[in-house]
Amino acid sequence: MIERPETAVPSITQRNLEGYVGFANLPNQVYRKSVKRGFEFTLMVVGESGLGKSTLINSLFLTDLYSKDYPGPSQRIKKTVQVEQSKVLIKEGGVQLTLTIVDTPGFGDAVDNSNCWQPVINYIDSKCEDFLNAESRVNRRSMPDNRVHCCLYFIAPSGHGLKPLDIEFMKRLHDKVNVIPLIAKADTLTPEECQLFKKQIMKEIQEHKIKIYEFPDTEDDEDNKLIRKIKEKMPLAVVGSNVVIEVNGKKVRGRQYPWGVAEVENGEHCDFTVLRNMLIRTHMQDLKDVTNNVHYENYRSKKLAAVTCNGVDTTKTKGQLTKSPLAQMEEERREHVMKMKKMEAEMEQVFEMKVKEKKQKLKDSEAELERRHEQMKRNLEAQYKDLEEKRRVFEDEKNNWEAQQRILEQQKLDASKSVNKSKEKFF
Amino acid sequence: IGNPVVGCGGSTLLGYIGIDTIIEQMRKKTMKTGFEFNIMVVGHSGLGKSTLVNTLFKSQVSRKSAGWARDEKIPKTVEIKSVSHVIEEGGVKMKLTVVDTPGFGDQINNDNCWEPISKYINEQFEKFLKEEVNITRKKRIPDTRVHCCIYFISPTGHTLRQLDMEFMKRLSHSVNIIPVIAKADTMTIEERQEFKQRVRKELEMSGIEFYPQKEFDDDMEDKSDNDKIRETMPFAVVGSDKEYQVNNKRVLGRKTAWGIVEVENPNHCEFAQLRDFLIRSHLQDLKEVTHNIHYETYRAKRLNDNGGLHPISTNGTHDSNL
Repeated sequence: MIERPETAVPSITQRNLEGYVGFANLPNQVYRKSVKRGFEFTLMVVGESGLGKSTLINSLFLTDLYSKDYPGPSQRIKKTVQVEQSKVLIKEGGVQLTLTIVDTPGFGDAVDNSNCWQPVINYIDSKCEDFLNAESRVNRRSMPDNRVHCCLYFIAPSGHGLKPLDIEFMKRLHDKVNVIPLIAKADTLTPEECQLFKKQIMKEIQEHKIKIYEFPDTEDDEDNKLIRKIKEKMPLAVVGSNVVIEVNGKKVRGRQYPWGVAEVENGEHCDFTVLRNMLIRTHMQDLKDVTNNVHYENYRSKKLAAVTCNGVDTTKTKGQLTKSPLAQMEEERREHVMKMKKMEAEMEQVFEMKVKEKKQKLKDSEAELERRHEQMKRNLEAQYKDLEEKRRVFEDEKNNWEAQQRILEQQKLDASKSVNKSKEKFF
Repeated sequence: IGNPVVGCGGSTLLGYIGIDTIIEQMRKKTMKTGFEFNIMVVGHSGLGKSTLVNTLFKSQVSRKSAGWARDEKIPKTVEIKSVSHVIEEGGVKMKLTVVDTPGFGDQINNDNCWEPISKYINEQFEKFLKEEVNITRKKRIPDTRVHCCIYFISPTGHTLRQLDMEFMKRLSHSVNIIPVIAKADTMTIEERQEFKQRVRKELEMSGIEFYPQKEFDDDMEDKSDNDKIRETMPFAVVGSDKEYQVNNKRVLGRKTAWGIVEVENPNHCEFAQLRDFLIRSHLQDLKEVTHNIHYETYRAKRLNDNGGLHPISTNGTHDSNL
């Protein structure tokens, strides 16, 4: 029955069809087109070395992305953070997937890890920029989508909480890419420890207002229940392995310990199946959509706003991105001048200090010299006095001696006089 | 004809004198006075240091159990916290001090995070030196020097981290370092062997000597014993203070969904070996090496710097009041 529109204002009314038109076939057409085109998906893995990232990738996609011929980043020790990508084409049921794995060897491995997230941010931004440029081109026939759709962040299973590095990294990347935190090597933790750890991590994530990837609510109740279950298990605790072991006659992938086998695909042992289903089977398209609609749009608006704003008053918009390049240069120049002035002032200070030191040293040595001079003078004077004393003694002696001589002389004279007198008496 | 000649070359005794009772006398003395042992644990947070110390001494002796909250925040700088307990076994009293280093290796920028630790170790040497150099000495100088430092290596399965190398390089000459692989239940047996080999090779290439050091082996017997131990180091350990029932026995372990990791089972991990090595065979040797070698090195350097045996001021380790 066709309902007549009640008002003259064009509105969207729902009409029932009388026969089979055929546009219910639309999803199939989309499906066939997409299958022909193939899909692309870029997955980034970040975490310290030794957390099992490469093993998990191999387990997720059931291929050996890193094999003996092409050893993965885990075999090479990096001194600085590198960003490496490897592409692989996998086919399943007629559907092609171009999978790009972006690895970040060297993350968090150095002693000083400040800014180790910078190469990662640069990589993500550069991919968004490539896409932006491709979009703005005249000829847009082939637009490869290399943007990072999902970032798996590996948390070390310490059992306590997030490390400062984890918090910093996630804070800086949560508005550029979909961040999914994972607990790596979950076979380290017992079930109780795992629960406590997950609660602690979620608490800290909320405290620091980190926006991890949120699963969208669907209209289907069944799906909603599943999604709620997944949300409760976040962050997912995973174990990776591609080694097939026989357990009770069944062949499973797992890790063999002397006390048992930790099965990778067992829901009670770890959340690997949840991750795989979520990532590949149910939410891959949603991840791509969120990347395109939210993260990429953020980047695009920021970038375009910065470029198109010219002649803006820089004093008002200090700290925002709406600065013209000229104003930016002006500011940089001012910063540079200030830096120079500060350096100059510092050097002056240092110079003054050194001068003072030197002066002090000179004064000290002067005082020392003076003292020595005084002492020597006193020595000399003492010696002089000594000598004087000696001289006086000597003079006295001399006088005495002379006096004595004179007396002797006198005596001699007297004696000779008396002899003469006696001689005269004889004549 | 009765008196035996006791020459420097050794000679046979003509009767029983009773020199061998000195061991009994020493034992009685030790039991009366008890002895001190100071152990330091270093490693970044979450590696199970406190749990391991509790397991080693079968009692709640770590910082965690001494009343610190379980989820206290990671400190911004490396702190040194020491907790002392007196434990007794078989009439022998031991004053055990556990020195913990929260905050080590946890920051984003970990430059020089070994400095507070180095300073602490030197301060303990300084305290002892001061007491020794005093004119009126105490009858028993309290020994707070760090006898042993257990360094926890993260079980990445690849290699040592840069921070591990830097720390061990700088501190292997002032304290006995015993590296252990923490949370060894992360790795399968093959991964463990490979990792150990790689770690040993790396340590050898950088010239880092961990305890027992090759240069201090006294004789062939010591050397062969220590060689065997050096081949299995670093010990891969798992710690736990919970007990479970396995085969009608109560064992310490960790219960996972796929099995129970038994701490004292030598097939599961090397905790029992570490405990025997640390406590049952080399405890006294650790103290001796600390006293005769590390402390002497410190003392010689200190006295050479100062130029004489003068009472030293407390303004840091390099000030002189001459």
